[in-house]
Parts: sequence; structure tokens; C-alpha cells
Amino acid sequence: MSLQNFMNEAISPWMKEEGPDSDIVLSSRIRLARNFAQVTFPIIAKEEELKPILDFFNQEYAHQSFKDYRNLELVEMSRLKPIEKRVLVEKHLISPHLAEHSDHSAALISENEQISVMINEEDHLRIQLYYPGFQLEQALQRASELDDWLEEKINYAFDEKRGYLTACPTNVGTGMRASVMMHLPALAMTQQVNRMIPAINQLGLVVRGIYGEGSEALGNIFQISNQITLGKSEEDIVEDLQSVVRQLVDQERKARETLMQRSGIQLEDRVFRSYGVLKNSRIIESKEAAKCLSDVRLGIDLGFIKNVSQNILNELMILTQPGFLQQYAQETLTPDQRDIRRASLIRERLQLEKK
Amino acid sequence: MECQECHQRPATVHLTKVINGDKTEIHVCEQCAKEKGYGETSFSLNDLLSGLFNFDHATSISSGTAPASTQLAKQVQCPKCGLTYKEFARIGKFGCAECYKTFDEKLNPIFRRVHSGNTQHNGKIPKRAGGNLHLRKEIEQKKHELHQLIDREEFEEAAKVRDQIRKLEKQLDDEQGGDV
Ligand SMILES: [Zn+2]
Ligand SMILES: [Zn+2]
Repeated sequence: MSLQNFMNEAISPWMKEEGPDSDIVLSSRIRLARNFAQVTFPIIAKEEELKPILDFFNQEYAHQSFKDYRNLELVEMSRLKPIEKRVLVEKHLISPHLAEHSDHSAALISENEQISVMINEEDHLRIQLYYPGFQLEQALQRASELDDWLEEKINYAFDEKRGYLTACPTNVGTGMRASVMMHLPALAMTQQVNRMIPAINQLGLVVRGIYGEGSEALGNIFQISNQITLGKSEEDIVEDLQSVVRQLVDQERKARETLMQRSGIQLEDRVFRSYGVLKNSRIIESKEAAKCLSDVRLGIDLGFIKNVSQNILNELMILTQPGFLQQYAQETLTPDQRDIRRASLIRERLQLEKK
Repeated sequence: MECQECHQRPATVHLTKVINGDKTEIHVCEQCAKEKGYGETSFSLNDLLSGLFNFDHATSISSGTAPASTQLAKQVQCPKCGLTYKEFARIGKFGCAECYKTFDEKLNPIFRRVHSGNTQHNGKIPKRAGGNLHLRKEIEQKKHELHQLIDREEFEEAAKVRDQIRKLEKQLDDEQGGDV
């Protein structure tokens, strides 16, 4: 197992497995923030305090196995080129924060990329665990086991009253952020998403786009996560999130049905136009690519397009990010060059599907 | 109803914003809602925190001199990492685990605001760092169970639970003895 494997493929091996409700829920994630009790938090710690943590991970956890996750790879940030870090960010294996604070920081990554433990991020540890589709409970259980496994050798900063102590007051208590990534094209098309967001916020959950800036959600991909980490148990937080996600899944399915009934031909036209753009364009900006990819993915889910894998949206959304494009090109690209490169990558990728 | 921002399109987004307990109704169209960032959810903790601290500041100005407690609180410094309360307020982050104890008195209002009124942990207890908290929680729970059984006059069951509690309490005693 080497760094090269993490770099080469846009979609992580775990993403290729199909999870429940995968027509709408792309992935589920649990993130746990943990700190060493005796060490100053990374944001104000001195170098000589952070280095021992990294050394400790090299000694105790690098190439170790947790359950079926064999030979965990410790990827040190200081050894990576900027472009390589960017690729890991685009794959959601590390955070932008970790990429920017590279001294003595690292990520412990499993071969299938389902697990990534960030070391010396804002907290000493950020344990991340992904599952395909809608599987929050499974993700929570596995993440908690991983947490126990790590705790065997680490004295966590924990307080009876405040729970797991974190650098930011927004993470204290459980230290847990549970989230799902959802593709909601029909709700977005019918302008329902924006109306739902305030109601979801009222329940202590956050909705945001993963790609794109501000309130826009490129590719109609939304992330829903819990805001509150203190005062509720992990199971309750996950249950609350689950019930909202369940409702969103139902609403999206209903909206798709309604669209099919009321304007099936218009929808089919839209899907195939977008498919045509992706198959034929020579220059494409990320925004247009995301819109078309979302349409094509919807077209696959609705049965208009056959013989193209569901993963196309996930894969090409990641693959056509600036970091990946440049990793593929093996050189730095201007935005104009990227748009050309993006178009040809998408064409090639769709060509592969035609068999 | 027309949009209160552009006064052109019909208002389709209806929101109630609550700021410091004051409710404001907002009626805007989809476009304006987007532009104004209504329904935009990323809120900055720093805003939230500085909001809190500014509040402190405002009251101290209006009363002429800063209340002694505020002045004192601002000078509080974490003995382990050296972070002062003032710096904590500025960066919105703790410097180390000890900061939580150092600034304890000031934290409840912040946590309440960030975590919907909650100030106490109610989730996972780590196996090692949790110490005997597991045991104590279990005893607490068993005692609760015992009371319920007695209320329902299920004495046979109650006796069993009572024995379990004794066993757990002995275990706790042994552990604490071992610690000292
Ligand atoms: Zn308007
Ligand atoms: Zn401190």
C-alpha cells in the first residue's frame, strides 16, 4: 500500500459498494474529535509538543490493523507536494485545515479509504469513518469501536461534566459530527430545498453544499449534519439526523415521481441534453459540468440512461476538481486549461462506459 | 404578498428570525433569499462568541465602570497553556484541556447558546479516561430501577437488584481503594 494508490483513483474503494438508498444518499460519515489529555491543543501548541504525537502514531499505529482494516498507512503531510494534499482534500480524506497546517500533521488511512484519522488537525485527533449510502448507525458503531481501539493507548481529554474536550466549543461533549451527503436534484429543481432548509435548521441540523461557494450546492449535492454536540448522546444525535434524512429521501422520491408524471418528456429532454453536453463539449467549467452530471445521474436513477454507472456523479465531481485535474496532467494548469482538460476527462470517462 | 427586498416578485420564502429574543418576520422571494443568505446556514462561531462578549462589554459601558467580576474574568489565565480569557474570547478556541476548568464559570452561557441550552455531557464515556464513571452511572441507574420495583411492589425482583447494587458498590470501593 502506498500513497500512489490514494492518489490514482478518484473514488475511494468503499464508494464502489452500493449502500441502502444510494439513489439519493451518496454516503454517511461519522467524525469524532479527540485530544490527548496532557498536551496543549494543536492551534497553540509548540512544535516540540506536536512532534511526539506524530512519533507516537508512527510507532504505535502505522502499519497496524484494526479489525479487517489491515496495514493502516500513516501519511505525513510534510512529505506531500501541495498538489497531492489537494487531491486528498478533494477525496475528503483530509481537511483543508490539515493540508494547510502540515508540520507534524498526518492522516492514518485504511486501504479502502473508509477510515481516515487526522493527526494534529484543530484537535489532536479527528477520527473519520465513511459508509456508502444511508448507514449512519453502522458508521457510528464502527467509529466508536475505532475510538475504543485508539483509546487503549491514549489518555483522552475527558471531563465528567463537559465530555470530550475539544479546541472549539462547538465540538465539546460527544465531539461528534454525523453527516450524510445527499443528491437532491428534484427538490432543487422544484425550488423546495431552499424552503426546507430553515425548517431543518430549527431542528439543530446544518445543510450546506459540498461543492461550490456560499449557499450554492454544485451538482445538487447537499451535506446534512448535526450542529449540537453537547447534552445529547451519540445515538440520539444520529437518530434525529436519520429521521430528517429519511424524510428528505421520501420528499425527493415524491418530487421525482411528480416531475415524471407532470413533465416526463421535459425531464427526459433535460437529461439527454446534459448527457450530450458531457459527451461532446471540448471546454467545460466546473459549474456547468456539475449541473450536467447531476442531470445525468438523475437520468440513470430514473432509467432514462442505461449502461452508465451510478458512481459517475461522485467520481466525476471529484475527478474534475482542480487538484485532480492537475494530478492527472502532472503539471500546473490555468483555469482555461483546466476547463479543456475537464471536458476531455469527462468524454474519456463516458467513453469507458459505452460497452 | 410581495417580496420585502425587491418589491417585484412574490414572496415565497417566509422566515422568522430570532435575534436576542426579538422575533422578526421575513418575507422574500427565492432570489432575494439566496442573495441575502437566508436559509444559508454556515454561521460563524466567532460571531456568536464575540456577540456574547460584546454584550458583556455593552453592559459594562452603560454602568460606567466594568463590573469587578468581568474585569477579573478577563485576566484569568490558564495555568497550563497560558491562554487568557480575553484571548479565548478573541480566537473562540480553547488552548488545552485545563482551559475548561480555568474558564469554567464563564462557559455555561456560551455552551447554552451553541448547544441549544445544553451545558452537560450526556454521551459516550471513554473506557479508560472515564475512570469509574461507568460504574457510578450504572449504580445510579440500578438505584432508579430499584425504586420503581419497590413502587410496583415487585419485591422479589427488587431484592435481586439490591444485591446487584451492593456488588457494584463493592467493586467501586475496591477500585477507589486501589487508586489511592
Ligand atoms: Zn425579491
Ligand atoms: Zn489552557
